Amino acid sequence: MDLVAHLKELTMATGLSGYEGDVRSLVQKAWDPLVDAFETDALGNLMALKRGEPAEGTPRRAIMLAAHMDEIGLMVTGYEGGFLRFTRVGGVDLRTVLGQEVTVHGRRELIGVISSRPPHVLGEQERRTAVPTDKLFIDTGLTAEEVPHLVQVGDLVSMRRETIALAEGYLSGKAMDDRAGVATLTVCLQELSRLRHGWDVYAVATTQEELGLRGAIVSAYHTAPDAAIAVDVGFGAQVGVSDDESVEMDGGPAIAMGPNIHPSIYELLVQTAKEHEIKYQVEVAAGQTGTDAWAIQVAREGVPTGLLSVPLRYMHTSVETVCLRDIQRTGRLMARAIVALDSADVSAPML
Amino acid sequence: MKDMIKTLVEAFGPSGRESVVSALLADLVRPFVDEVRSDNMGNLIAYKKGSGGGLRVMLAAHMDEIGLVVSHIDRKGFARFQTVGGVSPLTLLGNRVRFANGATGVVGWEYWLQKRELPKMEELFIDLGATSPADAPVEVGDICCFDRPMVDLGKRLVAKAMDDRIACAVAAQTLIELGDTPNDVYAVFTTQEEVGPRGAMTAAFGIDPDVAVAIDVTDTGDTPKAAFMAVELGGGPAVKIKDSGMIAHEGVKDWMIRSAEAAGIPYQREVLDAGTTDAMVIQTTRAGIPSGCLSIPCRHIHTPSEMVDHGDVLNSVRLLKAMLSEPIAI
Amino acid sequence: MLLQQLSDARGISGCEREVREIIEAAIDGLVDEQRVDTLGNLICLRRARRPVEGRPLKVMVAAHMDEIGLIVTGVNKDGTVRFDKVGGIDDRILLSKQVLIGQAAVPGVIGYRPIHLIARKEREAAPDLSRAAIDIGATSQSAAERLVSLGDPITFRTTYEALEPGALRCVKGKALDDRAGCAVLVELLQHDYAIDLYAVFTAQEEVGLRGARVAAYGIEPDLAFVLEGTICDDLPKGDEDTSHVTEVGKGPAITFMDRSFIADRRLVDLLVETAREEGIPYQFKKAAAGGTDAGAIHLSREGVPAVTVAVPCRNIHAPVSILSLNDLENTHRLMAAALQRIQGSLS
Repeated sequence: MDLVAHLKELTMATGLSGYEGDVRSLVQKAWDPLVDAFETDALGNLMALKRGEPAEGTPRRAIMLAAHMDEIGLMVTGYEGGFLRFTRVGGVDLRTVLGQEVTVHGRRELIGVISSRPPHVLGEQERRTAVPTDKLFIDTGLTAEEVPHLVQVGDLVSMRRETIALAEGYLSGKAMDDRAGVATLTVCLQELSRLRHGWDVYAVATTQEELGLRGAIVSAYHTAPDAAIAVDVGFGAQVGVSDDESVEMDGGPAIAMGPNIHPSIYELLVQTAKEHEIKYQVEVAAGQTGTDAWAIQVAREGVPTGLLSVPLRYMHTSVETVCLRDIQRTGRLMARAIVALDSADVSAPML
Repeated sequence: MKDMIKTLVEAFGPSGRESVVSALLADLVRPFVDEVRSDNMGNLIAYKKGSGGGLRVMLAAHMDEIGLVVSHIDRKGFARFQTVGGVSPLTLLGNRVRFANGATGVVGWEYWLQKRELPKMEELFIDLGATSPADAPVEVGDICCFDRPMVDLGKRLVAKAMDDRIACAVAAQTLIELGDTPNDVYAVFTTQEEVGPRGAMTAAFGIDPDVAVAIDVTDTGDTPKAAFMAVELGGGPAVKIKDSGMIAHEGVKDWMIRSAEAAGIPYQREVLDAGTTDAMVIQTTRAGIPSGCLSIPCRHIHTPSEMVDHGDVLNSVRLLKAMLSEPIAI
Repeated sequence: MLLQQLSDARGISGCEREVREIIEAAIDGLVDEQRVDTLGNLICLRRARRPVEGRPLKVMVAAHMDEIGLIVTGVNKDGTVRFDKVGGIDDRILLSKQVLIGQAAVPGVIGYRPIHLIARKEREAAPDLSRAAIDIGATSQSAAERLVSLGDPITFRTTYEALEPGALRCVKGKALDDRAGCAVLVELLQHDYAIDLYAVFTAQEEVGLRGARVAAYGIEPDLAFVLEGTICDDLPKGDEDTSHVTEVGKGPAITFMDRSFIADRRLVDLLVETAREEGIPYQFKKAAAGGTDAGAIHLSREGVPAVTVAVPCRNIHAPVSILSLNDLENTHRLMAAALQRIQGSLS
């Protein structure tokens, strides 16, 4: 599979939290040749099972891999004249949406533009202040009479953004958080199809992560795995962000450690990376990682959980940028770690 | 139904102290259901067996209201307190509160007539009319709630604890009027929503329903200078699409809208920026439960004078009956 | 469609060639003389084709080809690209935009600090552009310098498209200020007049009306019209009862005054009279804000009577503007009719 085309297709599809259906179909299509069975639950999580071949006398065990397929966006809250008012779905920085093209998912898909006022009429003070939420509108070019026929309160609004290739294997677009993680799972499943592994693998494209890890809570309960690895994006080094806030772009997956991470999974990932000479970095999360790993760890009786982060710049904007090599490295590392599980012991308690 | 509402909203029932309300509701619904029981969290579960072929539906309306808990009684008999749920100092000053034992107090402020800014919570106290801890009618740990009778304005009703007793009334009335249904209906009068939601969490785990609908109040955007919101009092029950805690399950939302349209019941589409309901925790119970919320528009939420529209209340009952009386497709 | 071609073309001030070439192709066969002057203005003459007593009036009609944008000012060690603004741009609209750099149209994005790392208080302030740069994917200064050079023009990566068809027939695109004027001006060359029509597609309007100034000096017109895409502030304003400047869908906006000039009363009257008699909707630009080529033209040599007629553009000076094709067509109708009324001298 062409990773660029795959990620482009994933990121340009619409799948706001709670409405991931279109993305789910794409993921299912991409994973179909790579897994044995699919299941979709009440919250829309796509759970794909790739069976392992355990050695004689070993119990069947399963690892859950999680990457969330939902994206942040906006939602219509009402009209004012022909203009639409809106609120956020997830953590959109409203300072980055001014002059942004959007798709309003009304009775039809409408092109909209988030209005900006002419700089000519703005005072100096006004230009130094972020535009307050009640002064932000979506303009569809329709009149006050026309809009209510096509748009309703609660209609979703997604960023209208073509994913583009930058230089040196970098790709930029919306929803890289966390479709880059979903593409990582695709890479991992492809690798696994060439490898022998004893553990069952549940590759889960989770929903509603941006609203509180909600898909991971229920899918971890349902799959009841013996171990888990979540893949999300991490702050990549960029202009305006200090080194201690970020990880290196093109530096490979950031393997997390901290209370959210089971030491044996961390060790498994680090040892695997070393053994297979996969470039990696280490990231310390002192508490809440803000990822699906946080929810999975406390599912049922507890799950030994690890976390890999694909470095990403400009998180939660419509120009999220990743390096393809990082995705490939992360997917490969996961696959190799799954194979290595057969000779690893993840049953020990936390430190 | 107004009498039922009056009884329920005037009852004492801050979070964790819902037994009075629970007893009232149990008596109200018992003749119309197959089983009434309580669980360890104090949730009251009324089960009405379906005629078969339907789904297991959980309704959740919370019994608890916001309140104050006494944390200290000083040498002169004044009680200091902490809040139970989202109480604002803005609504406390000069207000009367009542404890389970009937003791009543007035909330005072250290700086009354001295300062012009907003009171801070720690500067407030409850004046019980006592002179020392010895003659104070309450103890540390006692919980109180607002003390206000309901006022019937005709079209509109005003009371404390409309959030969420009005939903309890709607759920109870629905059970009373429902009649035959293919669905197994679990009407759960939940506890500790205002400090969680917590009661709904364990109730949903225990019942493990196929689908769930919370019934709760929601804000409106129709008062002077209100934050923008498309919901208004009197516009009919609101079908929740999103609040700050969850996105309603698409199928549940569609089921609600379909039912309203088929029965010709007015409804509004709700996107709420601040606040959430029992549905938030029900949705992520076990392997996930399709959940939504029927909201009753309410002004002045979390003040002692929460206002609802009587027509909205009646239409909420109609909508629930329409939703429950047919086989459910999600 | 010409407006689409023009809007998608890239041409910040001083780099108008691509736009000019599109216009040259579009006016082929419509003009009697054409030349490009040293600043890059395209000056075309369509001689009087209707009988006139004595010397026909020289009427200059100008529309500027250049658009606002950015320019490369440096390359950082990490391979990101520093930039400055060309023309009046509100910093706040730059975040999270895709851009194209230089002749080769190298794609880049303007990223910003993730919201997670920004304190709540800071989110209320406008973004600090010193903490932003253009990311082209290059990982080192030398790699970036192989792709972009100092001074490379930068345009927004925006595509012209029609919006949902409605009564206003709105379209969106970049640079509608003033490719809308250019499109109307090309159309005006289709008609016959009793004047010598100098259609001037000017350069460098956005950085100080500089092209129009030299073009007017060279032409020495008797009077001048400027066609613009203009400020429109018709967003809901709540209780605030202030000017919208112009409103989309209400017809061409006639300027009586802006920051660069006071319109000649006779020309304003001509336009208003024409609009009324022809039943063409029109509006006044209700604020003395912004400036146009008329500011430079009316002060040329001994002075030139001038007026500006404009198509209202929402989100002007931003990556995506919106205009109504009704307004565009009515601007054309109004201008064509007004020019056709001009006979001999101006009373």
